[in-house]
Amino acid sequence: MACIEARDLRKTYGRSVALDGVDLRVEEGRVLGLIGPNGAGKSTALAAMLGLIEFQGDLRVLGLNPWTERDRLMAQVCFIADVAVLPRWMRVRQALDYVAGVHPRFDRAKAEAFLARTTIKAASRIRELSKGMVTQLHLALVMAIDARLLVLDEPTLGLDILYRKAFYDGLINDYFDGARTIVVTTHQVEEVQHILTDVAFIDRGRIVLHASMEDIEIRFAELMVASDALDAARALRPIHERQLFGRHILLFDNADRDRLAALGEVRPASLADLFVAILGGPPSPSATSGAGA
Amino acid sequence: MSQAANATRPFYWSVRRELWESRSILVAPLATTGLVLLGFLVSTIGLPGRRLETLTLDPLHQLKVIGEPYVVSGVILTGVMMIVALFYCLGALFDERRDRSILFWKSLPVSDLTTVLSKAAIPMAVMPALTLAAIVGAQAIILLVSTLILAGAGVSTAIPWSLGDIVGEGVALAYGLVTLSLWLAPVYGWLLLVSAWARRAPFLWAVLPPLALCAGEHLAFRSNLFTAALIDRLTGADAHAFVGAWPLSGQGPAGLPPLGLARIDPLRFLGSPGLWVGLLIAAACLAGCVWLRRRREPI
Repeated sequence: MACIEARDLRKTYGRSVALDGVDLRVEEGRVLGLIGPNGAGKSTALAAMLGLIEFQGDLRVLGLNPWTERDRLMAQVCFIADVAVLPRWMRVRQALDYVAGVHPRFDRAKAEAFLARTTIKAASRIRELSKGMVTQLHLALVMAIDARLLVLDEPTLGLDILYRKAFYDGLINDYFDGARTIVVTTHQVEEVQHILTDVAFIDRGRIVLHASMEDIEIRFAELMVASDALDAARALRPIHERQLFGRHILLFDNADRDRLAALGEVRPASLADLFVAILGGPPSPSATSGAGA
Repeated sequence: MSQAANATRPFYWSVRRELWESRSILVAPLATTGLVLLGFLVSTIGLPGRRLETLTLDPLHQLKVIGEPYVVSGVILTGVMMIVALFYCLGALFDERRDRSILFWKSLPVSDLTTVLSKAAIPMAVMPALTLAAIVGAQAIILLVSTLILAGAGVSTAIPWSLGDIVGEGVALAYGLVTLSLWLAPVYGWLLLVSAWARRAPFLWAVLPPLALCAGEHLAFRSNLFTAALIDRLTGADAHAFVGAWPLSGQGPAGLPPLGLARIDPLRFLGSPGLWVGLLIAAACLAGCVWLRRRREPI
């Protein structure tokens, strides 16, 4: 069964269009990265999936309409909208008490075991914790919930690199068991790349690419060529081109690997490069991959 | 894959959460009780001498003087409850949007209806119950301490009330707080609605539109019906739920001030159209709160 199924999902705020007909199908057990520039509609799409906003079009999450069946959905779905939303007046112990008191699938012992590995004290108020500790606390709460779908919207925004890495490692090592589905949005593409099974690029309210990581690896390749082979490489219709240390790096979609290899060094395209290629405007020989913006 | 589901009590824990967040709900009656008792203790200096003078008065004045600290403690604690309830309601559905914690609450399986009802239960049920306990506690301590002081000074410790009167006062007090809650329900509902709707300054949005209506009606029609209704709503609970004069302020049929139990009039209160209109308005406001909480985004 599809965990998330959206067909022609639309959302407008006044005259501005946040979602312009999103089609997306996420099977259970996948880890999907929803990636796009600021204002592309990532958070709006997640808000619709979580029943936080009304929407037009067809959307089912775990077989339920998120807007009209939100209360039932929330027993099986967990989300971190942003790490800074834990109430600052609350004590750590109260947060555990509260979630244990309202959530049928919360395993308090598991959350406490996770917290025991940190320096967070049960009697502390959340306002007294550092931002990294608040993230750990939120993660401890969420990971102790036996949810079928976990949604993370920019979960590591504003954290330093050590906490960001620990967050994703914790997520994959302690939480993901192959049966759960995780959807994560971020614009720090490099950091989530290794945990994803699927990726969807969203731009101006539309899904512009949705593929599994294996397919990405098969479809896309980067070719590093010297100037003398540049024209021959361009003839193979790269979708993007940039320059690095005087060498040209061309990105190809579904090109013949053997023909590419004859022209220069071929390597798999990273998600960050794909992101720039697909969302960074039309290919142009003068593009210097965002430097000096 | 799923473990055995825990038994959950979303409404109970939502009310607990409100008590954690707004500690003034508990602190205010406790602190006020402390201040009332402090004032009473200061007033016990020279109590035996004054009591001897009081006992020379006629029964009506005796009752008034001896009963004063009990009435005053009840009035002060009820007034404090209303002030705390005002500020609690204005923040109840506003602060969670301002600090964005609404996104955390909404990530948990607690419906908007449960949340709104738990927040309405604070001024409507929790605070009156705490206030009742505080008033009864303060009055019991006042009775006990004054009796001990008078007994120590060899003055008569006799009080003008029987045990039945005292229990009756407790029942009347509880009745008064319940009817006050029901009478003020539309006020609390309105405050919660503004709290769920306003993007800033909920206090001004709660207070200025009713004042503008009062002024507008006066200017347009030279009438003050809305003003009168508003004043009746804010101050009229006692007049609708009880008959006769305020406690210890006037004379009853026997020439003595009537006690609370003799003054209660539940049938008249239940028959008052204002009560039911108010409850309908309160229900509409709470329905509006649920609707708004689903749709309002963090500020």
